Order: sequence, then structure tokens, then C-alpha cells
Amino acid sequence: MIDWTYSEGVYELTLATPPCNEIGTTMLADLRRFLDQIDRDAHTLILRSGLRQGFCAGADLRELYRGLCDAPKEQHGPQIRQFIDAIHGVMDDLDTLPLTTVGVVHGVCFGGGFELALTCDVLIAEKTARFCFPELRLGIIPGFGGIPRLRRDVGNGLIRDLLLSGRSINAKKAQAAGLVSQVVAGGEGITAARALAAQTAKFDPTARKAAKAFIKKLPADELLAERELFVRLAEGPALMAALKRFVESTDLRPYLP
Amino acid sequence: MSTTLDTLIRLAAKRFGADPAQLRAEDDLFERLGIDSFQAVELISDVEDEFDVELPDYELQGIKTFAALAQKIDARR
Repeated sequence: MIDWTYSEGVYELTLATPPCNEIGTTMLADLRRFLDQIDRDAHTLILRSGLRQGFCAGADLRELYRGLCDAPKEQHGPQIRQFIDAIHGVMDDLDTLPLTTVGVVHGVCFGGGFELALTCDVLIAEKTARFCFPELRLGIIPGFGGIPRLRRDVGNGLIRDLLLSGRSINAKKAQAAGLVSQVVAGGEGITAARALAAQTAKFDPTARKAAKAFIKKLPADELLAERELFVRLAEGPALMAALKRFVESTDLRPYLP
Repeated sequence: MSTTLDTLIRLAAKRFGADPAQLRAEDDLFERLGIDSFQAVELISDVEDEFDVELPDYELQGIKTFAALAQKIDARR
């Protein structure tokens, strides 16, 4: 589930789907519902997790596996494309909101969760935060717009490192790379985000919206290319085999890349 | 002078509320601390911060004991 509050121009959107805010059809529908009602004259959106485990562990692999198992093979491609199109719609809308969006990240921020965080204008990371693209382990690439969005923010070398090794980096390294704006102590992220929201409230709305639109362009061509490549790879046998291994694993540490 | 192993054990004990005196070098740290994969991620961040090292996750696969993790940390310093 997700939950949101609104007060004096500030939305606080809290992800709270155990075990770690995996993004599946329910989360997607909830995010769409939130976006469809948002007051575009509000000034700040704070996106955070209400779970101890972390910000978001990525796509709901169990749901994806079940869905593919239940569908005939010729339906796999269309089914994946339908989900990817819907998630791209949500991510693009978050990315281009006329509000200043602040992501508060702690713990796991992996895969699709990392991609969700990358839609935010500003990221505040608690010291426990770790960022990772583990998708190659599944025989796919990040498919929620992560590579084009990361490329917008940081150098190609770091992207290759993350994508091709699947390793995670901590908040300090993410800040040094320019991905994270502020690193704060555990539990302090929301305080820092609210302070930023209070600062944002002081700005002229027209100038604030214009500044964001000017500097933060949607990398539309790359997003489209990523979507096509993702669907092509996801239709291959490697994904199903990797999902089966993941779902059937008794490893207590499946999220360690 | 405190060794890497001592510091690591103190760090892990503090984060997960364990008694450092009860933790041994050859203990399976996941079992001994009773931590899940998410908490393991937090521990890696703590360790990198404390020792000012980077620990690629793929190098930690198969590492189970405090002693083995301490060795890996020393190799990265």
C-alpha cells in the first residue's frame, strides 16, 4: 500500500508495502491513483518509505514470475510490454511534475526502486542507503527508465560500473558522484526533506516551475529505446530461468547482488 | 591497538543490539546476529563508513564469518 498526506503545499507520499515496497500491479495502480489526484499547484512532494527495510527493493519479481507462469508463452511479450508501458507512464509523470520532488532514501534502493528514486529532483540519503542495478542477474536491463535518468545526472563511467557489475554503492559515494544531494544520519531524512520543503515554499511558483522545466528534461528518445530493449531481453529464456531461481531460492540473503 | 576484527564486532554488535563479548571471530555473522538481507545491506554501509573502504557486493558472496569479513576489509584498506 501507499499513503499520502497533504498540508500547506506539501505532499508526503509514503510507500509501505512489505517486505520492501516491491513494485507490482498494486503499487503501480496506487501511484497512478496518487498522480491522478495531485494538486499541481502544490510546491513539494516528498517520497519516502515507511518500512525499516529500505526505500524500495525494485520490481515485484514473485508477481512477475506468477504472471508469466500463468500466461501462454506467446502472451509473455505483450504482458511485459503492457506493464512496462504503464510503469513508464507513472515514472514519466513523477519525473515531470511541476512540484519540487524530494526522495528520502534509506537502506535498500535497488533496481526499480533506484529507478523510482531517480525520478525525484533531489535525493536525500540516510547513511544506510545503498543504490544498485542488479538487473543483469536476471538477464535483463533496468526497464523503468533508470539508465536514461541516471545518465542525465552522472557520468557514463559510474553507470557502466553499476550496470555491468551489479554492485551497490553507499550514500557517500552516491553523493560524491552527484546522484545524492544530502547525506544525513539514520532517521533524519524526513526532517531534512521537510526543511527543504519549507525553503521551496518561499519561492515564486512560476519561477520555481520554470526552473525545473528548464533544467530537467525528459530523455524521451532514450527512454523509448530502453523500453524496447528491455521487452526484447525480457522475452528471452534468461529472465524466466532467473525468476524461477529467485522464487524457489531458500537463500536468506536474496537481495545481496 | 584495536584490530579490524575487534572494531567490526563492536560495530555489528552496536547496530544490532548484541553483546560484543558474545561474538566470536568464526561465528556466522548472519546467524549469530539474526539479521536478514536488508539488515546485511545496512551493515555493509556501516562497515564501508567505519573503515573508509568500498566493498563490492560480489566480493562478499560466500563470506559468512566476522573473521572472513575482517580479512576482506583489510585487503581493501
